Amino acid sequence: MNLVFILFFPLLIGAYLLIAKPKQAFIISLSATIIEAVATGFVLYKLNESLLPITFTQDWIPEVGIQFSLKADGISGILIGLCALLLPFIIGSTAKTEKANHAQYQGLMLMMQSAMMGAFLAKDAFLFYFFFEASLLPIYFLASKFGGENKSAITFKFLIYTIFGSLFLFIGLIFVYLRTPGATHSADIETLYLTARNLSAESQGFLFMAFFIAFAIKMPIFPFHTWQPDAYTTSPSQGTMLLSGIMLKMGTYGVIRLIIPMFPLGIGIWGNTAIVLSIIGVIYGSIIAIQQKDAKRLLAYSSFAHVGLISAGMLTQSFEGIQGALYQMLSHGINVIGLFFVIEIIERRTKSRELAQLGGITQSSYVLTVCFIILSLGSVALPLTNGFIGEFILLKSIFDYSMIFGVVAGITIILGAVYTLRLIQKTMFGNVSRITTEFSKLTLEEKMVLIPLSIFVLLGGIFPNAILHFSEESVSQITQLLK
Amino acid sequence: MTAIIALSLFGIGNLFLGFWFPRKVLQILTLLFLAVGIGLTAMDWNHELLWFGNMFRTTNTSINFSLIIQLAAFLVVALSRGFGADDEHTHPAEYYAILLFSVVGAILMVSFDHMIMLFVGLEILSVAMYVLTGSDKRNLKSNEAALKYFLMGAFATGILLFGITLVYGATRSFYVSNLANIIATTAPESMPSFLYIGVLLMVVGLLFKVSAAPFHFWTPDVYEGAPTIFTMFMSTVVKTAGFAALYHILSGVFGGIYSTWVLTIYFISMLTLIIGNVTAAYQVSVKRMLAYSSISHAGYMLITVSAKQISSTSTILYYSLSYTLATVAAFAVLIIVSEYQTGRKEKPEDYSSFEGLAKNNPGLAFCFTISLLSLAGIPLTAGFWGKFFIFSDSFNRNIIYPVILAILMSAVGIYYYFKGIIVMYFKDGGIEKIEIPALFKIALWFCTIGTLALGVYPNLVKSLF
Repeated sequence: MNLVFILFFPLLIGAYLLIAKPKQAFIISLSATIIEAVATGFVLYKLNESLLPITFTQDWIPEVGIQFSLKADGISGILIGLCALLLPFIIGSTAKTEKANHAQYQGLMLMMQSAMMGAFLAKDAFLFYFFFEASLLPIYFLASKFGGENKSAITFKFLIYTIFGSLFLFIGLIFVYLRTPGATHSADIETLYLTARNLSAESQGFLFMAFFIAFAIKMPIFPFHTWQPDAYTTSPSQGTMLLSGIMLKMGTYGVIRLIIPMFPLGIGIWGNTAIVLSIIGVIYGSIIAIQQKDAKRLLAYSSFAHVGLISAGMLTQSFEGIQGALYQMLSHGINVIGLFFVIEIIERRTKSRELAQLGGITQSSYVLTVCFIILSLGSVALPLTNGFIGEFILLKSIFDYSMIFGVVAGITIILGAVYTLRLIQKTMFGNVSRITTEFSKLTLEEKMVLIPLSIFVLLGGIFPNAILHFSEESVSQITQLLK
Repeated sequence: MTAIIALSLFGIGNLFLGFWFPRKVLQILTLLFLAVGIGLTAMDWNHELLWFGNMFRTTNTSINFSLIIQLAAFLVVALSRGFGADDEHTHPAEYYAILLFSVVGAILMVSFDHMIMLFVGLEILSVAMYVLTGSDKRNLKSNEAALKYFLMGAFATGILLFGITLVYGATRSFYVSNLANIIATTAPESMPSFLYIGVLLMVVGLLFKVSAAPFHFWTPDVYEGAPTIFTMFMSTVVKTAGFAALYHILSGVFGGIYSTWVLTIYFISMLTLIIGNVTAAYQVSVKRMLAYSSISHAGYMLITVSAKQISSTSTILYYSLSYTLATVAAFAVLIIVSEYQTGRKEKPEDYSSFEGLAKNNPGLAFCFTISLLSLAGIPLTAGFWGKFFIFSDSFNRNIIYPVILAILMSAVGIYYYFKGIIVMYFKDGGIEKIEIPALFKIALWFCTIGTLALGVYPNLVKSLF
């Protein structure tokens, strides 16, 4: 029942906010996300104690064997934890702005949380698809209603692109589902594992492509990334945080949950191609990020590069690769939300994101600089930050898989340092520019968001074992399937 | 069965009631009549009976289709706002009566057990529709549409009749059950070859009614010219009845010679999907977009109609229901908005008249959004499961290419359906709060909530079918 609560609670509050449009929207949604975080924490605590998955099953459409079944294991646990942990900060980042008490804005974010929770918890493949698609609607309205320049066209492109990709997933799922035993078939993910693994290599190859396109567009992986920089740049900050912090993890989660256990032979055929594409994304994203003039766009490309590494690591199908990917999903979510918030803070005060116009902020806001540097170092993967653990494990798995891939992907550390340090240098240090002379100090609300996130970055770098241990069992179950 | 007698009597009664009662009362009475019809139809549940010299058969499938048809008619009547402002130039009693007659025709079309019954049902339905299409008699477009529809429709019925004749010539039977037996037991070589021509002609006649490409050319013009309330009726009732008849004919009667017609149907369904979706993407008028979208939905349904499986019956029923609810809601909002914009905008039915609707009319915008999402097949709405059942059914029979095309085309569909959502929410326009009568509101929200409820819990009706 706990699972049902954490799935539907944000939806209910979100619907209330959308319909009733209360004046105190900020307080309501913030407390809702905190309650949600506590409830999720409780689920994770129980999960950690027993190490047995928590499940909930209810008939949904029995005629066709589709169930409303939820399952929280180590892998889902990390992602629902991420989702529940970050939402209070994302909501908190709207504090004292005109969006804070905008009921629609807050309501859409809560609905988004519900849909993402559903995707991470679903045990039935069609339930997963249901939430996977449903999550698009709130973010679409959020971005097109509150976004920046040219929002309508850009979010529309994002929407069509993503739905188009998901349709391939849909068709692939139906294909496997119809081959499950029994008169009514079954869409239970574990039944699908068994069925899909017995398919011929040829069909697995096609299915791998169908599934991978859907997830690759969501993540995004080169060359399906063309919607991403624009969408990240024009969305309102909170929309960008949701997109990059949590929503793209639905793609990586899908690869771990569905592709890797289902199509070992398919990966045998297309795995290398997919890894090469991911690594191209790493290098290509980093090089473009170096040349960006707009800070938000720079972060968008850096996110694109990071997710490429995650994807390459998990596609090696090794225990380390998947563990590293999970850890890096968590750290990337925390880092990227913090970084986007810093850019938002700068933009609020200076009305600009142009690197050329900024500089010298450290002279007026010391806390901001410190937090920004910690978050950036997390993103660069410096030791003692959470990014280091994730990237290190990922790179190790890629090296084990292939020396050449490892060497090429390893360049990311250098390139990442280049663009991130350039970002810090152009915004925080250097001469004070015309618009940064009167840069006011951080407000309490802003500190409440930034400081905890920075602490998480360090905590994740110093005590990684708790989390790595948490997902160990479930990941080894998946890698066991591959033997 | 008693429902068709009752509805015919009610229809005649309606003509006389028009002498004494104003439109409002007639509307309520017609709703009452349809409710009685629905009740009588439902009473036949689980009673498989033959009537009228074994020409008419009630089965649970036909009852389900009849219920969907009457539900659609009920919603249409509830949403009708007098067919124009003044009672002098419009004749509410006649229109309500004709509407009831056409429902009778539609019920005949879904329950026939004799080819002539099919023909009679189709004619009752069609002639009623020709009249209703031209009912806005001072509007040139409406007149043109009626004439066009009549000429083309008469041709199509002729073709259907010719087909029935040829099939009769080949098998010496009009009865559906007999026909199926004869076709299944006779060796294909000893069958006269004009049987196949007959089958083809019958299929063409019915495909015309459901506006499948390449027999769709009348659809956009007729849909655009007819008063919107009758467009709503046409795209739901006529379509459902047409598909039910087509499905009955193809799987029930000619299932034995499956291989001879299946390729034709695939080809037509693919053509319909492409033409419907791609052309819809280019429309500037919402009404024309909905017309092409109805063509494209005919394409999706055709994939399933060619089935030889039991489960397809429930798929078609589910799809018809979800499509009916969504289409009725979409047209209902279109009626409200275009009425409001008449006089304010040059072309009140274009996308541009919806600009900024969400600002002062969030309810209307929400209903329109849900119906478009359902038509586009997005999760949370009934349309998603409709598509799901169609795709999984077809995959189950190894129909691969039409389904892949259908999936690509639903991506195109998202493009034009979302255009409607974009103009409502993200464009500015000066639409003030629009007053909506209570009955209208109830019917509109019924469709919206129904669409959502079926989207979240499809088993609500799936288990019935």
